[in-house]
Amino acid sequence: MAAGKRKATERRKDGKGIQDTSMGPPAVPSFRRIGKAFRKVDATAKVTGVTKFADDLFLPRMLFAKVLRSTQPHARIRRIDVSRALALDGVHAVLTGRDLPIPFGILPVSQDEHALALDKVRFVGDPVAAVAARSEEIATAALDLIVVEYEPLAAIASAEDAVETPDPRIHDYGHGGNLHKVVSLEFGDVERGFAEADLVREDLLFFEGSTHLPMEQHAAVADWSPDRKLTLWSSTQTPHYVHRALAQVLELPPARIRVIATPNGGAFGGKSDPFSHEIVVAKLAMVTGRPVKITLTREEVFYCHRGRHPTLMWVKTGVKRDGAITAMHFRSLLDGGAYGSYGVASTYYTGALQTVTYHIPRYKFQGARAFTNKPPCGPKRGHGTPQPRFALEVHLDKIAEQLGLDPAELRLRHLVPPDSVTANYLRVGSIGLGDCIRKVVDGSGWKDHFRKLPFGQGVGLACSSYLTGAGLPVYWNDMPHSGVQLKCDRGGGVTVFCGSTEIGQGSDSVLAIIVAEVLGLDPFDVAVVAADTDLTPVDLGSYSSRVTLMTGNAAIQAAERARDILARYAGERLGVSAVRVRFADGRVCDAADPTRAISFAEAVQLAEAAQGTVGTMGSYTPPRSPASGRYRGAGVGPSPAYSYSAAVAEVVVEPDTGIVRVPRIWIAHDVGRCINAAAVIGQIEGSVYMGLGEALMEEMPYRANRHVVHKIPSLLEYKSPTTLEMCDVVTYIVEHPDPNGPFGAKEAGQGPLLPVMPAVANAVYDAVGVRVDEVPITPEKVLKALKRKAKGEPPRYGPTSFPAIPWPEPTYVPPPWEDVDTIATASRHR
Amino acid sequence: MLRLPSFTYRQPRSVREAVAAKTDAGADGMYVAGGTDLYPNMKRRHQEPRTVISLMGIRELTGCEMRDAGCVVGANTSLTDLAAHPAIRRKYSAVAHAAELVSTPLLRNMGTLGGNLCLDTRCNYYNQTYEWRKAIDFCMKKDGAICWVAPSSPRCWAVSSSDVAPVAVAIGAEFLLVGPGGERMVPAARLYQNDGINYLAKHPDEILVEVRLPPPDGWDAVYRKLRRRGSFDFPVLGVAAWVRWDDAVVADARIVLGGVASQPLEVPEAGAALRGEHLSDERIAAAAESAYRPAKPLDNTDFDLSWRKQMTRVYVKGALDELRNRRGR
Ligand SMILES: Cc1cc2nc3c(=O)[nH]c(=O)nc-3n(C[C@H](O)[C@H](O)[C@H](O)COP(=O)(O)OP(=O)(O)OC[C@H]3O[C@@H](n4cnc5c(N)ncnc54)[C@H](O)[C@@H]3O)c2cc1C
Ligand code: SF4
Repeated sequence: MAAGKRKATERRKDGKGIQDTSMGPPAVPSFRRIGKAFRKVDATAKVTGVTKFADDLFLPRMLFAKVLRSTQPHARIRRIDVSRALALDGVHAVLTGRDLPIPFGILPVSQDEHALALDKVRFVGDPVAAVAARSEEIATAALDLIVVEYEPLAAIASAEDAVETPDPRIHDYGHGGNLHKVVSLEFGDVERGFAEADLVREDLLFFEGSTHLPMEQHAAVADWSPDRKLTLWSSTQTPHYVHRALAQVLELPPARIRVIATPNGGAFGGKSDPFSHEIVVAKLAMVTGRPVKITLTREEVFYCHRGRHPTLMWVKTGVKRDGAITAMHFRSLLDGGAYGSYGVASTYYTGALQTVTYHIPRYKFQGARAFTNKPPCGPKRGHGTPQPRFALEVHLDKIAEQLGLDPAELRLRHLVPPDSVTANYLRVGSIGLGDCIRKVVDGSGWKDHFRKLPFGQGVGLACSSYLTGAGLPVYWNDMPHSGVQLKCDRGGGVTVFCGSTEIGQGSDSVLAIIVAEVLGLDPFDVAVVAADTDLTPVDLGSYSSRVTLMTGNAAIQAAERARDILARYAGERLGVSAVRVRFADGRVCDAADPTRAISFAEAVQLAEAAQGTVGTMGSYTPPRSPASGRYRGAGVGPSPAYSYSAAVAEVVVEPDTGIVRVPRIWIAHDVGRCINAAAVIGQIEGSVYMGLGEALMEEMPYRANRHVVHKIPSLLEYKSPTTLEMCDVVTYIVEHPDPNGPFGAKEAGQGPLLPVMPAVANAVYDAVGVRVDEVPITPEKVLKALKRKAKGEPPRYGPTSFPAIPWPEPTYVPPPWEDVDTIATASRHR
Repeated sequence: MLRLPSFTYRQPRSVREAVAAKTDAGADGMYVAGGTDLYPNMKRRHQEPRTVISLMGIRELTGCEMRDAGCVVGANTSLTDLAAHPAIRRKYSAVAHAAELVSTPLLRNMGTLGGNLCLDTRCNYYNQTYEWRKAIDFCMKKDGAICWVAPSSPRCWAVSSSDVAPVAVAIGAEFLLVGPGGERMVPAARLYQNDGINYLAKHPDEILVEVRLPPPDGWDAVYRKLRRRGSFDFPVLGVAAWVRWDDAVVADARIVLGGVASQPLEVPEAGAALRGEHLSDERIAAAAESAYRPAKPLDNTDFDLSWRKQMTRVYVKGALDELRNRRGR
């Protein structure tokens, strides 16, 4: 890795602007657009309230739908009588499970959801029936007229409950009893590793569940045209998967279905499953022959959930005196809620990325996901990785203390090398974690503050890594993950068509900037047509931080192909070879003499005259992972590139109340290559904000004794930080370009959330000497730990046991350094 | 989306017209001022008036005026105006402060003093949608039979959650009520009763017209609020502390707690612990201890209840420390 490629950009949240603190001259050609701070291409419409979200759509003769939801946490449906609802004036149709009997689910292995419950309900809020009526008020009134007779079944309220209670089963598939999935993998002999260690430490930690809380509540509008074509507008992150689910459940050919993802008013993973309400409005439109709209209430968004899995974790690590890890054994128990969703992947993710930060020569992972009678958990920003990262980073903080090492030093000494393969066969490309740690350590004055501040004040450090897109698609296939079509207009405009979905993260802007960079245009002159299954080539969706890398690479390919075509004809006109043609500032010129130029529009006209419409295509398929085919579950974890972050949190703890405040967080993020500085900084600050909520207050409590209802399904009572709780953020952008990224870019949307929770937990310990081994770190937990400390008991609050799970014999996989074939191949290449 | 049900909206121009409109509508009618409490409640079907009578067009309910006998504040005064009013800020800083701590700037722009003082009691088994409440088979406060917070209890324990009410009680404010039977003046403490359903000792037809704050002579008061976040949240504990000074000695004192009962809860023992004494660390600790004992938070608001109870001590102490410091200045 050439030092010259590294660059860091600093910015403070208090608006002091961006200072460029280049760490050397860039070794790559300088960019015109890439790396600048751009306003997002759709920003003005959003801040002026002009953007049309799904709920803003009104079609002529439109009806309104409402969903009746289960009032039982677990019950068989004996009888549903909809006759009185149907008779209500203004009601056009009522659906029940029998009208939509085909199951669906995001993963092929978990097709366990029904648009409306068929014979059983599994949580309070499970969809049971749906009404379309002239107005929302009538539809609401009709819900109350539907009679549902339930035969209650015993409800399971927690993952521990599920382990202990195999009957009644919530689903009749899975691992057995109420365990949905159990994983057991061992990469190298960990017992041998523990035997070689100078210190072996075990810890138990718990990460509470949280929800995405997007500002926009899910909404969808369906239209069934007289020529038998269905159109669905929906606030979804994954129009392609919704397209597939609609075809499956409605038994329509995909060619008759058009899904348009409207701009999402925030999503964070909460809109990446196909949902009941999307299928229901589609069916209602087909049944009534009129457009039908549904807008969920905030409470219903809590029932859609798919948020962070509450996860209990046990970790055991052996280390040498210098902190070198000899082996790690990690166990997780995930509370999955009532359905599969992405849960199988989430389970693997709680064990996948431990290995990509610090070198772990032997690694064992055992994970289990339980079904419970609560809204289903799924992917929330960081998908399955913030929980283990929290556990690991707190665990390392304790190990560093036991070894008498500075936690920053311990981490710096044992970083995974670039261009290497981990024990579980994840290929790490570029890794800027060392620079990230040095940035936050220097910026925060770590060395002067750590263990040196007065009682009540503290600092804590933590690191993390995240994927830049999953290496494999949700359903197995050999096709590209992202496709881009590009059309050049003879007026000089360029339109890019792509299935990727704008969820506020800036994917439209990334497309525009990348195309503008290659073709020398102003990003605001590039039209983006996105997320419409009739118009745009497939992109798998806005999840797993995949869009910038995958769509970006596809866009570069399409744009370069267009550039080659235009260069040929422009070169002919300028009398130079195509390779000497440069694209910049809306002009196409001779690189040797830029005054010799034609406009971009002229170049298009020349090409169009010579060969017809100028249109190109690009697509992207991730490289094959070394893990591929090596073990079951090897599909989860591989990624074209890993981003890295490090954070230092500063906290103030009030000893008499236990209240924790976080005045400031320093965070450095290795984004590979920053494409839009404003968007990258925005994603980092947003991640810190979301992480702070999870660290300090967000939780998903249920009343186990009252039908397992969600205790606080509202924006007021579900506590998430306001601007007043938000800390000051000092952001450092670190750039270690990855060969797989577009211009070297890696992700920024999820990774920076991960170090926040453990950094805060470690800082609380630094401040008052108590360990709160679970998040959220609420005042009552801190105060309890402080009281224990005062009484001379262990100064800790956290879980005390991990339930006995009948783990299957682990699949043994020799790590690359022990695997005969891998070693043989490596030596051949040398 | 959660929709408001249909209703008839009346806009009377005077208190007399309003009372007449309410008498007309009977039990199906309700007054509304800023609507920041009533409308969300109607969406969740806690209150289901067929006729909503707006008080906002009534001149008699506006204004804020200093008189010899104290300050008279019209019930329609918005919390924003109340908190910003120069005389209130100077002479009744605890009132301004409490008003300023309510909710968010947007809600304070709409929310009124009258509405705040008549605010419905709150409970997280109750402040939920109709569908949610159906899943727990409702509760005694609305549509059901049992109190889920205290199942063996004959009464509802929903929590008095107004920020200004404890201050009004502590400083001895008085309320002018006008109803079909004429007008009457009640001391603030007497408007409230410790019952989550019948939390106001006032006839539903009576309008709270104005609030009279006692003359600012020789006493001081402060208000402290405990909540999860610095904005938006209702109090899970409010402490209003009032002292009448006789030089450096406390001639009289009142400690009133919000958020721990169905009414603003005066703790006479806490006041008694201070009377005739200097505000010493020891006396402050004694008062805080007396306030801690009767505070009985239940599991129906944000935060763990035992922690909330412990905080009574810390917050009462904080309030009294503040009073002592202000005296020192
Ligand atoms: C998200 C949110 C957060 C909030 N946070 C807080 C908080 O932190 N602290 C707090 O104290 N409050 C809070 N509130 C409650 C409310 O906004 C305020 O109490 C506000 O002052 C209520 O005034 P209003 O004029 O809007 O009341 P309205 O909704 O108009 O009325 C409330 C009740 O009082 C009755 N009423 C109103 N005026 C009169 C009158 N003159 N005579 C007789 N009856 C009358 C109405 O019939 C109704 O029952 C919050 C509300 C929301 C929605
Ligand atoms: S205190 Fe009891 S009766 Fe009152 S609202 Fe709460 S649960 Fe209902």
